[in-house]
Amino acid sequence: MSLTRRSKYLASAGAVLLAATYLYACAPRQKVSGIGNLGDAASRTYVAPGSYDEFYFFTSGGFSGQVGVYGLPSGRLLKVLPVFSQNAENGYGYNSETKALLNTSYGNIPWDDTHHPSLSMTNGEHDGRWLFINANNTPRFARIDLAKFETTETLEIPNTAGNHGAPFATENTEYLVAATRFSIPLPQKDESFGDFATKFKGTISLVKANEFGKMDVAFQILMPGFDYDLGRPGKGPSHGWVFFTSYNTEQAYTKLEVNASKNDKDYMAAVNWKQGEKCVAEGKAKTWPTKYYHNVLDDATHTATSEVKTSVKMLLPEDCPGMVYFLPTPKSPHGVDVDPTGEYIVGGGKLATVIPVHSFSKIQKAIADKNFEKDVYGIPVVNYAASMFCEVANPGLGPLHNEFDEKGNVYTSVFISSEIVKWSLPGCKVLDRVPTYYSIGHLSVMGGDTRKPYGKYVVAMNKITKDRFLPTGPELTQSAQLFDISGDKMKLLLDFPTIGEPHYAQGILASKIKDNQVKFFKLADNNHPYVAKTEQATGLTRSGKTVHIKMTAIRSHFAPDNIDGVQVGDTVLFHVTNLEQDWDVPHGFAAIGSFSDAELLIMPGQTRTLTWIPNSPGVFPFYCTDFCSALHQEMQGYVRVAAVGSTVALSATTSKRSLKALEQATGSAR
Amino acid sequence: MLSKRSRVLIAVAALLLAALFVFPIWSVYLNAPQYPEGIGMHIWINTITGVKEHDLQNINGLNHYIGMKRIEPDAIPELRLMPFIVVALIAGGVAAAALGRTLLARIWVGAFLVISLVGLADFWKWEYDYGHDLDMENAIIKIPGMSYQPPLIGTKQLLNFSATSLPGIGGLIAIFSLGMAVVVLVFDKGAAARVAAATVPAARARVANT
Repeated sequence: MSLTRRSKYLASAGAVLLAATYLYACAPRQKVSGIGNLGDAASRTYVAPGSYDEFYFFTSGGFSGQVGVYGLPSGRLLKVLPVFSQNAENGYGYNSETKALLNTSYGNIPWDDTHHPSLSMTNGEHDGRWLFINANNTPRFARIDLAKFETTETLEIPNTAGNHGAPFATENTEYLVAATRFSIPLPQKDESFGDFATKFKGTISLVKANEFGKMDVAFQILMPGFDYDLGRPGKGPSHGWVFFTSYNTEQAYTKLEVNASKNDKDYMAAVNWKQGEKCVAEGKAKTWPTKYYHNVLDDATHTATSEVKTSVKMLLPEDCPGMVYFLPTPKSPHGVDVDPTGEYIVGGGKLATVIPVHSFSKIQKAIADKNFEKDVYGIPVVNYAASMFCEVANPGLGPLHNEFDEKGNVYTSVFISSEIVKWSLPGCKVLDRVPTYYSIGHLSVMGGDTRKPYGKYVVAMNKITKDRFLPTGPELTQSAQLFDISGDKMKLLLDFPTIGEPHYAQGILASKIKDNQVKFFKLADNNHPYVAKTEQATGLTRSGKTVHIKMTAIRSHFAPDNIDGVQVGDTVLFHVTNLEQDWDVPHGFAAIGSFSDAELLIMPGQTRTLTWIPNSPGVFPFYCTDFCSALHQEMQGYVRVAAVGSTVALSATTSKRSLKALEQATGSAR
Repeated sequence: MLSKRSRVLIAVAALLLAALFVFPIWSVYLNAPQYPEGIGMHIWINTITGVKEHDLQNINGLNHYIGMKRIEPDAIPELRLMPFIVVALIAGGVAAAALGRTLLARIWVGAFLVISLVGLADFWKWEYDYGHDLDMENAIIKIPGMSYQPPLIGTKQLLNFSATSLPGIGGLIAIFSLGMAVVVLVFDKGAAARVAAATVPAARARVANT
């Protein structure tokens, strides 16, 4: 074969191979995550040891039922704050002091699903007093005192199922709002599913919140049986109004993913709560029998108690004209957000191809002109064109939520295309977009829901993390991502893992909170029924099968430490008071085999109770669980348990100081 | 008659098609922000599978949002037919090589080419069908005017997914086999010799000596 021919063969074969290689070179490859050059991101998020973050960042714990407290820009986890789930780490929801905070008309509920933290406001700005959050599953609100970082009050929301559109605070925390995700028969009754459209109703609730211990449902509004999703109160000119999105205006009751996605537009409910207040004052509300719990943690006794309420004021829209209007909004809208000026109400049609922006002044004009397209269940539906300010084009796929900066920009989270889209108001033009990793839900600009956003950062709260962190089996960490928004272009600075699902979050300047902190509880003010303010005040008492032990903890001993006279099957209640009066000296308390309780973590000046039921004779230890001092390991004691019917009297040993007092208290001489 | 070398090469080309029983013909890869590891499917002569074990199931799960039909390999008759066609092609090529008849080999290559083009056209038709025949009644994401036909070859953005369609290893080997058969026939010694005889007599001697 000639060289020429051989080369031709080779060239032909080579060409085919080359083509194949080329095709494979085009095959998609795993993308490099991140945005390439992060530049000075490390220094922007670095908070030197001993220095403080600029912002507190409160994330909902999602299905953990708690609240995560982070510092920003570092993303450091500062505290997991127990709210709606029992927390074995400090005994919250287990011990008899805090258990009542989880009381509901359904019983004592050990878990819930927190979604939307809402900081208290004064004049439309964060005031740093409280954080509120909703329980989604068994509808409740919680108040968290930001001087103590403690849940201090919970309120059940009656006539509600799926407390999702909550608890957003009005400008002066006059009210927290709530809306029912699930419409249900009201009053509850075993109605047929087929009667969904006629018998199932929704409610919107306005909850008084501006005074600790007095949280209550001011009134509810009975709404058509749609699914109500999210709500935001107005600001400035729109103060006095609150806007709720709804979906399933189709009123489907099965296969909702398809059947509730048919209508081109669903409704945003515009609710004039000042009008509602007026109607209630005029006696137009019905007294609606129901049952719900209100639980308050008393400052002095360190103990929560419950009260049961038996009715609410219910307003029917037809009895209170001018209170509720519907704004058609494309397509199963999820988020609704009011801009800092209060003029623009931005929807987030999760299946829509535009971001709809309603104008508050146009809504007012349409209402004045009666520019309605129809009535739905007696509620006027404003003409879409009459309330619409603009539709933002090209917003990505699946816009969900909006937050605002101080420069007139809006940041929209876009779920399906997994990005944040920045656009201008009133320009309604997309300015920038940045990918998130992965599938962003809510997002949070620092102060982004107030009249005066701080700006600076936006945080993406992502639904999945996949390959972003070291893998940890099938269940991966959840995460948030911090972006710098000080310039024209958004810039990724940091990924940080979060507890539960960081559903929504709010950031507040640390300076509004950090100087108000309670460092310890004053022992002198402790009014717990079983407090022992000195070792001399400790003691043991038996009443039938119940043994109360008033005990103290101070570095590095318990008083009393050895306890005798307990019998199998007794309910032993260790009421432990931490006598320390200094910062950061909690004591822990745990007893072997305490199956009905977790440990106690007792702050200085506080009293907590551990319930312990011995089920066999023997000598059983207890000890301090929080490493409190050099002799922490010596901080321990025993309980001697005798068989039922033993004649050994209750007695105890303790430090010499309190021995005498103990003898008096227990009547035993040693 | 084909030269001995050509006969061997035609037989090799035909036998290479056996690779289609081992490697996929075509692959469609989907990439989206939420799928950093990618998701995709392989089309084989007799079935369709996921690139990863559950990819096809997950692709069908995703497609339900846009109302696309489920991709069910058992519902595609071509996948039942194709193994027989490939076996016939292999047998035809081997027979042509064994008999060494140039005409037979040309018919075989022609059939191979036609079958390949018809196959591609059929694949395109299925893609068109899946991409356009959407159940708008039950679709969740409905974007007016939007269809979801993946490309035959190359990359196309379909909502949040970038869909890339490429021949698989089996497909590449088949392309190589076809290319090789064509090249063999074009440069076959007998044919070349005749051309050479008509032009440069000296070349014949050289060819004959090789």
